Amino acid sequence: MTASLLYSLAGAMLCGIGLFGLLWLSHLLRKLLAFNIMGSGVFLVMVGLPQHQGGPDPVPQALVLTGIVVAIAATALAVVLIRRYYHLSGMTSLEGERASREGGPE
Amino acid sequence: MTLTAWIPLFALMTSMIASVVIFALPEKGYRLRTGVNLGAALVKLALVVVMVWGVFRGVDYGLSFTMVPGVTFVLRADAFSLMFAGLSSVLWLLTTIYAVGYLEDSPNRSRFFGFFSLCVASTMGIALAGNLFTFFLFYEMLTLSTYPLVVHRGTEKALKAGRTYVIYTLTGGAVLLLAIAWLHGVAGDLPFREGGHFTDADPDIQGSLILIFILLVAGLGVKAAIFPLHGWLPQAMVAPAPVSALLHAVAVVKAGAFGIVRVVHDIYGVEASAALGLLAPLAWLAAFTILYASVRALWQRDLKRRLAFSTVSQVSYIILGISLFGPVAAVGGLVHLLHQGIMKITLFFCAGNYAETLGIHRIDEMDGAGRRMPGTSLAFTIGAFGMIGAPPLAGFITKWTMGSGALAANMDWVIAVLVASSLLNAAYFLPVLHRLWFREPAAGWPHERRWGRLETSAWLFWPPLLTAVMTVMVGVLASLPFSPLSWAELIVLREYSS
Amino acid sequence: MTLWLMAGLLFTPLAWAVLTLLMNFAWGRLVTWGGIVVQVLVSLGLWLIVSRDGGFYYGLGGWQAPLGIELRVDGLAVTFVLLTAVVASACGLHAGVYIDPDKPWHRYFWPLFWFLWAGLNAVWLGGDLFNLYVGLELISLSAVGLVALGGKAGALRASIRYLLAALLGSLAYLLGVALIYGQFGTLSIAGVVFRLEEHAVPAGSGLALALMVTGLALKTALFPLHRWLPPAHGIAKSPVSALLSALVVKASFYIAARLWLELGEPLGSLAAAQLVGLLGSAAVVWGSWLACRQLELKQVVAYSSVAQIGYLFLLFPLTYSVSESVSLQAQQGVTLQVISHALAKAAMFLAAGNLILATGSARVDALTGVSRFLPFSLFSFGLAGVSLMSLPPSGGFAAKWLLLQASLGSGQWWWLLVLLAGGLLSAAYVFRIYRASFLESLETDEFYHPPRSLEVIPMVLALMAIGLGLVSAEVLSVMALPFEEEGSP
Repeated sequence: MTASLLYSLAGAMLCGIGLFGLLWLSHLLRKLLAFNIMGSGVFLVMVGLPQHQGGPDPVPQALVLTGIVVAIAATALAVVLIRRYYHLSGMTSLEGERASREGGPE
Repeated sequence: MTLTAWIPLFALMTSMIASVVIFALPEKGYRLRTGVNLGAALVKLALVVVMVWGVFRGVDYGLSFTMVPGVTFVLRADAFSLMFAGLSSVLWLLTTIYAVGYLEDSPNRSRFFGFFSLCVASTMGIALAGNLFTFFLFYEMLTLSTYPLVVHRGTEKALKAGRTYVIYTLTGGAVLLLAIAWLHGVAGDLPFREGGHFTDADPDIQGSLILIFILLVAGLGVKAAIFPLHGWLPQAMVAPAPVSALLHAVAVVKAGAFGIVRVVHDIYGVEASAALGLLAPLAWLAAFTILYASVRALWQRDLKRRLAFSTVSQVSYIILGISLFGPVAAVGGLVHLLHQGIMKITLFFCAGNYAETLGIHRIDEMDGAGRRMPGTSLAFTIGAFGMIGAPPLAGFITKWTMGSGALAANMDWVIAVLVASSLLNAAYFLPVLHRLWFREPAAGWPHERRWGRLETSAWLFWPPLLTAVMTVMVGVLASLPFSPLSWAELIVLREYSS
Repeated sequence: MTLWLMAGLLFTPLAWAVLTLLMNFAWGRLVTWGGIVVQVLVSLGLWLIVSRDGGFYYGLGGWQAPLGIELRVDGLAVTFVLLTAVVASACGLHAGVYIDPDKPWHRYFWPLFWFLWAGLNAVWLGGDLFNLYVGLELISLSAVGLVALGGKAGALRASIRYLLAALLGSLAYLLGVALIYGQFGTLSIAGVVFRLEEHAVPAGSGLALALMVTGLALKTALFPLHRWLPPAHGIAKSPVSALLSALVVKASFYIAARLWLELGEPLGSLAAAQLVGLLGSAAVVWGSWLACRQLELKQVVAYSSVAQIGYLFLLFPLTYSVSESVSLQAQQGVTLQVISHALAKAAMFLAAGNLILATGSARVDALTGVSRFLPFSLFSFGLAGVSLMSLPPSGGFAAKWLLLQASLGSGQWWWLLVLLAGGLLSAAYVFRIYRASFLESLETDEFYHPPRSLEVIPMVLALMAIGLGLVSAEVLSVMALPFEEEGSP
C-alpha cells in the first residue's frame, strides 16, 4: 500500500464519519463539528492523492490552504447563526419543525 | 421593410397599443377611454379595408423574422385571414359601442376594456398568422386575455366558470402544442399555403401525419366546441353580455374553427386530407355535434345558455362545410364563419338588452317583451330567422350553398342533417319568438330600468339593429362583389386551383 | 479596454462589499446605487465586446493556470453576467425601498448583497474547478446570511438548514475535485478534456463526476434533495428570495451543466443521464403539486422554483449520446429556461412581496379584491406567471419549444409528457393565485398601496421575461455555441 493511497483511504473514512454525523446527529454544534471532520477528510484526500511523481505536489497544498480559510468562514457563520437561533428559540436542534409553517405532506 | 410588410403589423398593434393605453388610464377617465377604444377600432377597420382591397388585387402583405432558432414568426394577409380579420374588426367596433353602454357605472372598466382590446389583438394575430407556430402564439394569448373577461364579475360562479374554461382551453393548448411541435419535427417549418404541403406525402410519414391531424383537431376542437369538448362554453355564459357576444360570435369559437380550416386547407391540403381518410370522420363528428347541441338547446331554460348550445351547433357547420371535399360545400362552410358571427352577435346583444333593461334571464320571463322593446325584439327575430335558415337571410345562403355542395359531392346524408338541424333550430327559436310577440306580459319585469326616449340606452339599442340589418344585407346582396359569399368563393377558388 | 472591464467586473463588487460594511443602511443604499451603475455598464460593455469579437481566456493579473486564476470569457458567460447585473440591480433597487432601514442588523444586507454578486460573477467566468468552488462558497455563505436577515427564529432555522445543505453539497463537490486532480493532475475543465482525449479513462473518474454532480444537485435543490429550498426562499425578505431563486440556484446548476457537457460523454453513462432526467421530471411534478397546496403566497412561488429547476436537469439526458443538432437544441432550450426563469421568478417574488406588503398577510386567500384595487402589482405577478406557465410569447415558451424539439429529435418521447404536464400543473398554481385575487367580496379599498418604485421594478422584469421569447434567436446567437470551449486550454 502506497502512502498516497493510505492518506486517501484515511481521508475517505473521515469523510464517511463526518457524513454520518452530519446526517445523524441532531445537536447543531455536533453537526457543525461533523462538517469540519468531513472537510478535513476531503483535504486529506486532496493533499494525499496527487503524490505520484515523487514528492508532494505544491498546487493542492495551496488549494487546501484556501479551502481551510473557506471552512473557517463557514464555521464562523454557522456558529453565529446557531448562537442567535439558540437565543431566540431556546433550541439546539432543527427538530420539532414538522408542525411548523413549511407545510406540505412530506 | 416596405409598407406592405408593416400594414399587418399595424393592424395587430392598434388594439395592442389601445390595450396598454387603457390599462394605464384611470378608472374615471370615461370619455378618454371610450375615445381610445373607438378610435383604435376605426383605425383597425380602415387597415383591414386597405388589405382587403390589396389582397383582391393580388398584393402580398407579409412580414417574418426568426423567433426561436428554426422557427419563424410570420404575419401574412391572404384572402382567408382577411375574412376573419374583417369579421373581428367590424364586430369589435360594434361590441365596443355596446360594451360602453352595458358596463356604465360598473367597477373595473379599465381592466375590462384593456383585456377586451388584448383579446381582439389576439384574434387579429390568429387571423394574420402565417404559420402554425405564429397561430399558436396568438391562440394561447387569446386564452389568457379572455380569462379575466370570463371571471369579470368576480362571483364564485364566474370564477368556477373561469376555471372550467381555463382547464379546457389550456389542456387543448397543450395538445395543440404537442401536435405543432411534432409536425415541425416531421416536416419542418410550414407556412400556410393554398393547397397544403402534403399532396405527395412520403408514405413513411403518413402514420405520423394521421396522428398529428387527430391531435391538431383535438386541440383546436376545444375552442371550436366540437362534441365532446364543448363543455366549457355554456358555463362561460356567466360573463357579461358583450363578452359572451365576443366569445361566441367572433373570438374564441371562431379561432378554433378557423384553425381547423387552416389545417385542412393550408397545411395538409384538401386532397391530402381526403387521401389520408381524415375528412369523412371529421364530417361525421361535425354532423353529430350539430344535431346533439341542437337537441340540448331545446331543454335550456336560460336564454344565454340556449344561445350557447346553438353556437356549439352552428360552429360545426363551418367544419362540416370544409370536410365535405368539394368546392361548393367549402364555400358554404367558410361563408358561415361570417354569417354565424353576425347572426349570433345580434342574438347575444339582444339577450344582453333584455337582461340589462328588464332583468330578464330566463326564457319563461320573456312573455310580451316585444311590446316593451320592439326594436330589440325585431333584431332578435331577424337573427333567429337567420339561424333557422329562412330566405333571404344570411343563414339561408349558408344552408343552400352547403346543401348544393353536399349533392355535388354525392353525400346525400348531409341534406338530412341540414334539414333536421333547421327543424331543431325552429323548434328552439320559434317558442321564444312566440313568447316575445304573442303572449301577454306578466305583471311586471324582474328588474326594469329606463333611459329617456328609446326603449333602452342608445349604446345598447343601435348595435343589434345594425347587425340585424347586416344579416339581411349579406343575404340579399350575396351575389355582389365583396359580399361574404363572393369572398368565400374567392378563397375556395384559390385553394382548389392550386 | 477589456482589462479595465474585467477589473471593474470582478473588483467593484468586492470593493463595494467592504465599503458598505462600514456604513449604515441608508448610506449603504446610496453607495450601492453607484455600484449598480458601474456593474451594469461594465457587464453591458463586456457583453458587447464578446458579441462582436467572440470569447477569450483571461489570466487574472497576468498569472496563468494552475497557480493563477484563469477566467473563461465566452458568450454564455457574459450573457449570464449581464443577466446577473439586470436581476441583481432590480433586487438591489427594490430592497433599498422594501427593507426597513431602522432594524440595526439590516445594514448587513448591502455587504452580503455585494459578496453574492462577486461570487456569481466568479462562477460564470471561472475556468477551473477549484475557483468555481471558492465562488460557490462565497455565494452560499452570503446567501445564507441574507436569509438570516429576517431575524426571527424561523428565518434562522431556515438559514441554518440551508447552510448545512449548502456545506454538504460543497464538500461533495470538493471531494470530486480532489479525485479529479488526483487522476488528471489538472484543475482546468479544458485540461481534463484534453487529457481524456490523449489517454484512456482512468478508473473511478466516473465516481468523481458523480460526486461533483450530486453535490451541485443538492445546492440546486434537485428533487429529492430540495427540502431545504422552500423554507429558505419562502421566509427570506422578498428581494432576497428573488436573488436566491433567480440566480443562486442557477450558479450551481451552471457548473453541473458545464461539467456534464464537457465530461459527461466520456465519464457518464446512459443510465446516469436518464436518472438525472427522471429526478428532474419528478421535481417538476412534485414541486408543482406542492405549490398547488401551499397556503402562503411565497411558499407557492418557492415550490414553483423546485418545479422549474426540474426542467433544467432535462439537459442531462437530452445531451447524452444524441446528435449535435439535438444537443444544441437542448442546450439552447435550457439556457433560455435559465434566463427566463431568472427574470420571471425575480419578478414574481418582488411582486409577491408587494402584494404581501399591500394586504398585510402572507396568505393566498388574503388576495381577495386585489385585482380591483391593486391591478398593477397583480399584473406584474400575472405576466411573470405567463412565463412560468411557458405560454407564448414568453421566454419560457421558447425554452419549452426547443426542449420539445430536442426530445422529439432524440426519440426520447417520454420527456414530452413531462414538459406538457409541467406546463399544465404550473397553470394550476398560477391560476389559483389569479382566482383568489379576482374574487370580489370587498367593496372598499383597505389596502396599503406600495410606492410606485416598488411596483415598477417587477413589471420591468416580467416584461423582459415575456419579451425574451420574441428575441430569443438573437439572444442565443450571441451565445453562439453555448457551453462550448473555444481556443486552447
